[in-house]
Amino acid sequence: MDLRLNSKHEKLLERVRAFLVEHGHRSVPTIPGERPGPRLLAWQKLLLEHGYAGRTVPRDYGGYGAEPDVMEQHLITEEFTRAGVALGIGNQGISMLVPTLLELGTEEQKHAYIPATLRGDLVWCQGYSEPGAGSDLASLQTRGVEDGEDIVVNGQKIWTSTAHEADMIFCLVRTEPDAPKHAGISYLLFSMKSPGVTIRPLKTMTGRAEFNEVFFTDVRVPRHQIVGQRGDGWKVANATLKHERGYLANPGLLTQRYAELTRLLQDEGVDDPVLLDRLMQLQGRVLAQQCHGMRLLTCAERREDPGLAGLITKLQGCEVRHQLAILATDALEESGLLVAGSPHARANGLWQERAMFDLGLIIGGGTAQIQKNIIAERGLGMPREPKAAV
Amino acid sequence: MEFALSEAQRQMQDSLRSALTRACPLARVRDVADRGLARDDAVWAVVCELGVPALLVPEAHGGLGLSLLDAAIAAEELGRRAAPVPFLGSAVLATIALREAASAEQQAQWLPRIATGEAVVGVALCEALAGAGAGVQLRDERLHGSSCFVIDAAQAEAYLLAAADGSLYLVSAEAPGLHRVPLLSIDATRPLSELHLDGVVAQRLPGSDARTLRRLRDAAWVINAADTLGAGWAMIDQSVAFAHDRKQFGRAIGTFQAVKHMCAEMASELEITRAIVWYAAHAFDEKPEVLSLYAAHAKALLGDAGQFVARTATEVHGGMGITDDLGLHHWYKRIGLNRQLYGGPGWARRIAAVEQGWARI
Repeated sequence: MDLRLNSKHEKLLERVRAFLVEHGHRSVPTIPGERPGPRLLAWQKLLLEHGYAGRTVPRDYGGYGAEPDVMEQHLITEEFTRAGVALGIGNQGISMLVPTLLELGTEEQKHAYIPATLRGDLVWCQGYSEPGAGSDLASLQTRGVEDGEDIVVNGQKIWTSTAHEADMIFCLVRTEPDAPKHAGISYLLFSMKSPGVTIRPLKTMTGRAEFNEVFFTDVRVPRHQIVGQRGDGWKVANATLKHERGYLANPGLLTQRYAELTRLLQDEGVDDPVLLDRLMQLQGRVLAQQCHGMRLLTCAERREDPGLAGLITKLQGCEVRHQLAILATDALEESGLLVAGSPHARANGLWQERAMFDLGLIIGGGTAQIQKNIIAERGLGMPREPKAAV
Repeated sequence: MEFALSEAQRQMQDSLRSALTRACPLARVRDVADRGLARDDAVWAVVCELGVPALLVPEAHGGLGLSLLDAAIAAEELGRRAAPVPFLGSAVLATIALREAASAEQQAQWLPRIATGEAVVGVALCEALAGAGAGVQLRDERLHGSSCFVIDAAQAEAYLLAAADGSLYLVSAEAPGLHRVPLLSIDATRPLSELHLDGVVAQRLPGSDARTLRRLRDAAWVINAADTLGAGWAMIDQSVAFAHDRKQFGRAIGTFQAVKHMCAEMASELEITRAIVWYAAHAFDEKPEVLSLYAAHAKALLGDAGQFVARTATEVHGGMGITDDLGLHHWYKRIGLNRQLYGGPGWARRIAAVEQGWARI
């Protein structure tokens, strides 16, 4: 155990802090589901120039070209989070598609999409889940049939956040209907403005439409828009999901939420011992996950497989995040019922909305129950469930 | 930054684990429990051979001069085998008290003999560490009163006590006026006693004060937590193995999601706490300013996660889980003691709140 930073990391930290002091006031947060406006695009440009966005993406693809160093990325994220400064554009294009293309895309795909995505000019949505393919994602039925130089796509996707604002979609499509279900899928990139794409907003319990349904009717996609090999889409998608799970459980974000919660309780003058005990329970879990994050960071630096320790973060992180919001709404008593726009609403109804949105995170990106299957089967080596007779 | 055990620590972990697997099978634990022994002498010999009581003793006194994190690694392995040997009292708390607050003569008298395992010092600090004051007072240079939940007492040559004046004292186990009453607790692997003192001659540890007591409490909490980490994983491993072997409805019960999820929940709830146990232990030596907060949370988290694992692992085993034949209950009880001793999770969280100005004691 040595928690001191080396001189390279100390110097980076100094640079980050100086940057935040000089430029932090210009930061613009990403609003989920909305296209970046001019101020956010300008902020993103500044971050790209300084290497706080696209840090390890090669310069050829519009990144900063730094050597991968997980500790550097951690320090940057932590300092920005602590300063309450937005780390540029956060969307699925940047967090999921860019790393996937870097790993598995062709040169043409990398040049065509990575620079514009990093700049924020190109907005993506993710076409994975379908009404009939949720936890059993590999059973997806959206069809891609070859016709000349094109693949013709028909079917429906759901839980597509940002679809109405997106330029492009990265989409899983069944191209080999006779192959075993994991082997018959291709990973396609195509324009959301293509003829035959229809979008229907999906309103959730928060009252907002954070998601959409997307329908494809004879959408023509050139064959070279496949990432990886035709039929290898499951492998490509798993590279992406790996990035998503890391994204959903950011211990720095939990720390920030916990700090917000304590400010709320102080402002409200909460001194109820039962609530205080619940607050301390959650603090313990947040601190544990912070330490756990450092443990995983060292594993990543050493390129060691963290094993079971790496499989529990999504389950633990999403649960605590939800519980933080629930405690806030309890502490607000009746006022905690009031939503945005109501007289007497606290924090504009934010905590109720978070409690509901964060419940969605427990379900999304692999439900808690799927996470438990993964922990049991991959982490503990427990036997798989026998396949149901088809 | 390196948030991991060192190579030397991993080696120690491996050698302790394999030595204890050989030396401390369930039969040893059962024997101690059935016969009401204070410890298992064969296991104790192995533990001493491996230098466990010497871990925290400074090198100048024949010890290994290592950190609380090293002691926590040892505690995890002792917990994994439910090893019936004195550790927390003599090798951790008494050793730290002597190291940090004793005179040179006191150190020279006790530390070398604790390091070899030749001497065991019992620890009577429960009232002081759990925030219940002290049952012992100093009057006319002698100690009067009583102290409950004394650990490592049965074979102790001396006892470490806290008196109402906030100081620590050593008394000889043979001292006139000292009377020990064994208690019968759920955990037979680490017996508890009560001490009655009627004018017992005592030696004060000259450097002892409120800070010493706080550090002893925090160290005890970290070591209790680490013991539960090991004991809990022993229960999970046994549950997973049982779920592989046990067949019902023509299938291994481990293929049923209901059973699988019980195991996943145990693993998830327990393993998420490992890093904070390491961090709290590390803080004892390297970051004393945050020690109390992290030690309190480690104690509370492992108290709760341990209890969840103990009952769930028992349930995974079905009816056999509650039998003496299976023996799983020795770990259930071990975890139970770790949870309750020196304050339960609620008390530890209260201390965490006090540390941050959220509450007063």
